[in-house]
Amino acid sequence: MQVTDKNRGWSTKEMAQKVGMDIHNGAYVNLGIGMPELVSGFIPEGREVIYHTENGLLGMGSIPEEGKEDPELINAGKKYVTAVPGACYFHHADSFTMIRGGHIDICVLGALQVSEEGDLANWSTGAPGAIPAVGGAMDLVAGVKTIFVITKHCTKTGEPKIVKKCNYPLTGKNVVNRIYTNLAIIDVVDKKLFVKELAPDITFEFLQEHTEATLYKYADK
Amino acid sequence: MINKIVKSAAEVVSEIPGGATIMISGFGEAGSPIELIHALIDHGAKDLTVVSNNTGSGYVGLAALIENKQVKKMICSFPRSTNSKVFPELYHKGEIELELVPQGTLAERIRAGGAGIPAFYTPTSVGTPLGEGKEIRSFNGKKHVLEYGIQADYSLVKCKYADRFGNLVYNKTARNFGPIMCTAAKTSIVQAKKILDLGEIDPECVVTPGIFVQKVVEITNPEDESKLVAENRRYICK
Repeated sequence: MQVTDKNRGWSTKEMAQKVGMDIHNGAYVNLGIGMPELVSGFIPEGREVIYHTENGLLGMGSIPEEGKEDPELINAGKKYVTAVPGACYFHHADSFTMIRGGHIDICVLGALQVSEEGDLANWSTGAPGAIPAVGGAMDLVAGVKTIFVITKHCTKTGEPKIVKKCNYPLTGKNVVNRIYTNLAIIDVVDKKLFVKELAPDITFEFLQEHTEATLYKYADK
Repeated sequence: MINKIVKSAAEVVSEIPGGATIMISGFGEAGSPIELIHALIDHGAKDLTVVSNNTGSGYVGLAALIENKQVKKMICSFPRSTNSKVFPELYHKGEIELELVPQGTLAERIRAGGAGIPAFYTPTSVGTPLGEGKEIRSFNGKKHVLEYGIQADYSLVKCKYADRFGNLVYNKTARNFGPIMCTAAKTSIVQAKKILDLGEIDPECVVTPGIFVQKVVEITNPEDESKLVAENRRYICK
């Protein structure tokens, strides 16, 4: 596999913008830690979205001003946040009832690997000696209605992240609905990967070369 | 007269025996009952099984309890964080056991324990390493794993307001595991920032009904864990 995808296609901001475009007005949304957090900055004007953070807040707002941080008002990444007017707090069983009961509309997560059947690996590399830590990832993929993954198309060393079968420990099987990378937007439909949109100057062939999993064109469906 | 108020953290944790299973509230530092944990370190009960979302930061609070070799086993969802040093070290040496549970399953196991539900099925973790070896059953064509409720001998919980009946109100995202842990322990011990007179908490606003709480101690100015960690402070056993 060549290391030729770097700096090709969309920037991280543009990727977040693409995700933001697909978040509908009125959606209850849970954003994973890292790249997914950027999405909140790219919700198209006129849409109202309510952010859920699984440690117990619906209506999470932006980062507080300096000096106004409250150690008892944090997000799932344990970072200081604010609560918007109309927000509410609740305990963990209620918070995960929202997740596991299918009440949250969209969850945006990062990925180590996604398989061609929509399996997601994003919680552990399985490296010997690593401390396993899962948090709410498995609950989110099992319970949230729509799972979006936002990730660089390949790893830092150029290995494809969209693979036939994940070799990292799974977070969930057949759970991903759509993948946003710097090269393309890819849908998982009936355990197959369909390319929805290619980034500028990226061809289907180039994309397939940088993807271990088999890709399909919607036109061939 | 019913009075669940106890004078000091030291007095209230002194009844906790070695080998007990203890639930400790908190998500990171938010809601972590740091004074009760420090009193437990002074008390010295060992071979504890601790149920808590994380494993503490730096060398204070839950991390200090673990460092003091009082914890035999942790049941948690996320045992590492930016500042967690103690647990990883002991885990690598094989000196502490870990039962890793997805966060929602952990919350539900505690809720179930408190509600007298011995076990339940959930799709969370199916097909993953955390679902391996668990009983599987399909409902509506979808696979689920069997998970068991958790009950504890004690819970240590932090809240904002309490009254002498044990009614509790929490603060923001520090609520997290507190309400469910109070339901799942035989004895729930709560540190409140302020104890109010009966009736001062609007009955419509009570989050934890007093029936789930056995002891309350007022800690007016609780330590700020992140500050202690930033200052690299270490809790020294009295």
